[in-house]
Amino acid sequence: MQYMLLIHMDESVMATATAQPGYEMSSPYAAYGEALVKAGAMVSGDRLKPSSSATVVRVRGDKTEVLDGPFADTKEQLGGFYIIEAPDLDAAIQWAARCPGAQLGTIEVRPTGKCNRHGGR
Amino acid sequence: MAGDDEDARAAAETAARRSYGRLVAYLSARTRDVAGAEDALADAFAAALESWPRSGVPANPEAWLLSVARRRAIDTVRRRITSVNATDHLKLLAEERADDSSDGAVPDERLRLMFACAHPALDAGVHAPMILQTVLGFDAAAIASAFLVSPATMSQRLVRAKSRIKQAGIPFRIPEPSELAARLDGVLSAIYAAYAEGWVDAAGSDSRRRNLAGEAIWLGRLVTSLLPDEAEAPGLLSLMLFAEARRPARRDADGDYVPLGEQDMERWDHALIGEAEALLRRASSFGETGRFQLEAAVQSAHCARRYTGRTDWPAIRRLYDALSTLSASPVVAINRAVAVSNCDGPAAGLSELARIAGDPRLASYQPYWAALADLEGRCGNFEAARAAFDRAIGLETDQAVRAFLARRRAAMIH
Repeated sequence: MQYMLLIHMDESVMATATAQPGYEMSSPYAAYGEALVKAGAMVSGDRLKPSSSATVVRVRGDKTEVLDGPFADTKEQLGGFYIIEAPDLDAAIQWAARCPGAQLGTIEVRPTGKCNRHGGR
Repeated sequence: MAGDDEDARAAAETAARRSYGRLVAYLSARTRDVAGAEDALADAFAAALESWPRSGVPANPEAWLLSVARRRAIDTVRRRITSVNATDHLKLLAEERADDSSDGAVPDERLRLMFACAHPALDAGVHAPMILQTVLGFDAAAIASAFLVSPATMSQRLVRAKSRIKQAGIPFRIPEPSELAARLDGVLSAIYAAYAEGWVDAAGSDSRRRNLAGEAIWLGRLVTSLLPDEAEAPGLLSLMLFAEARRPARRDADGDYVPLGEQDMERWDHALIGEAEALLRRASSFGETGRFQLEAAVQSAHCARRYTGRTDWPAIRRLYDALSTLSASPVVAINRAVAVSNCDGPAAGLSELARIAGDPRLASYQPYWAALADLEGRCGNFEAARAAFDRAIGLETDQAVRAFLARRRAAMIH
């Protein structure tokens, strides 16, 4: 099955961390991505720019409304995602627990539309 | 051919009871489609009732039911031509068939099914109902009345849980050794919750609940036999058997409630206590303490009154000390306070209770108010005791226990 790991975190914490001198795309994430690739579990993944850069679009009738800001104004924001291949929820939970974002934020594990492609146990 | 008809019906019903969970587990283990497996099985049982009176009961009823259920499952999936998943689903069903053992015996996947039903990704409140339905074949209405919710609510919870198992990809798997203890606790807690629901009906007069305790014990035996190396499984079984052994003594000849300390020990089931003791010894031989073993040990200490004529409260207090390090449960704290009061006097018990008084869950928890009433009364604080008795009586649903509390309250006034 394919799962999306949605990394929700407090952006102010992220901002403080990335403002540190000598910060690079954190090595924990690099190592994690490498582990996913090596296991053949990586489908895709990326970090998102801060939610202040988000734009919300919706069409009501014949009117396209464009608003600035994220969909939901909450303390924790969607900060990045992975799409992974995993045989079942337990395997996906294990990957989620290994994600560096799980240490500070919360990982939401959601199956994508490709349910039951593999029925492995 | 009324006789044959009855035989066929009886054979189908026997097969249903004996193999329902085994067939559901096997049919859904690969596809994770519990609802689909249940529907296919229901069709198979209906077909059996129709065909067995004419053709006779097959030599292996379970295998017959399995092959009919499987054909139904495949037909259903084929009809879902719009579904992109249909091919994958059919592939899984074919794999399952290829996996069949040659002797026609259905592999026992019930333990895997129970781990799926008690998965942490499902709401804990639905674990026990799911196990009762899928492993034992209880219908939603029966489970609903046992758990005191409306049939519609229970049915909706069960449907949601099954769809979640399928959609989220909750595996039918015995967890890795590193996770086994924690995950097994979910399964055992669900079984214990089912037992506790049955235990509430002390008199056995509530037909909706009468079987629940017995079925929970059956599940406890099943898990103990399937996971022989896990200490907590016999620990739970031992706990349930100790409780069950005392069931007849919980009411006197007039149907009045009898508290544990005043029960007629002659009415305890001594064979059951013996089995519980043996299970507890077996559990403790693994050298891994756990909550169910400790609770069984408390029961064992209470039952030891048979030989010594007195209750060893210091031992019970030590067991509750150990239990309270495992969980911050207010239930454990209340029982510990009672044990302390029986060792060091009611004032010491009261100060233990005072430590948890702020817990909002206690507002509607009868045992807290009953314990408080008893301890306040023993300290001579009659006004506080009466208020606590009133609170406890108001919260109790069992008429016999209410009457007992009212008697205690009245006896306090000198």
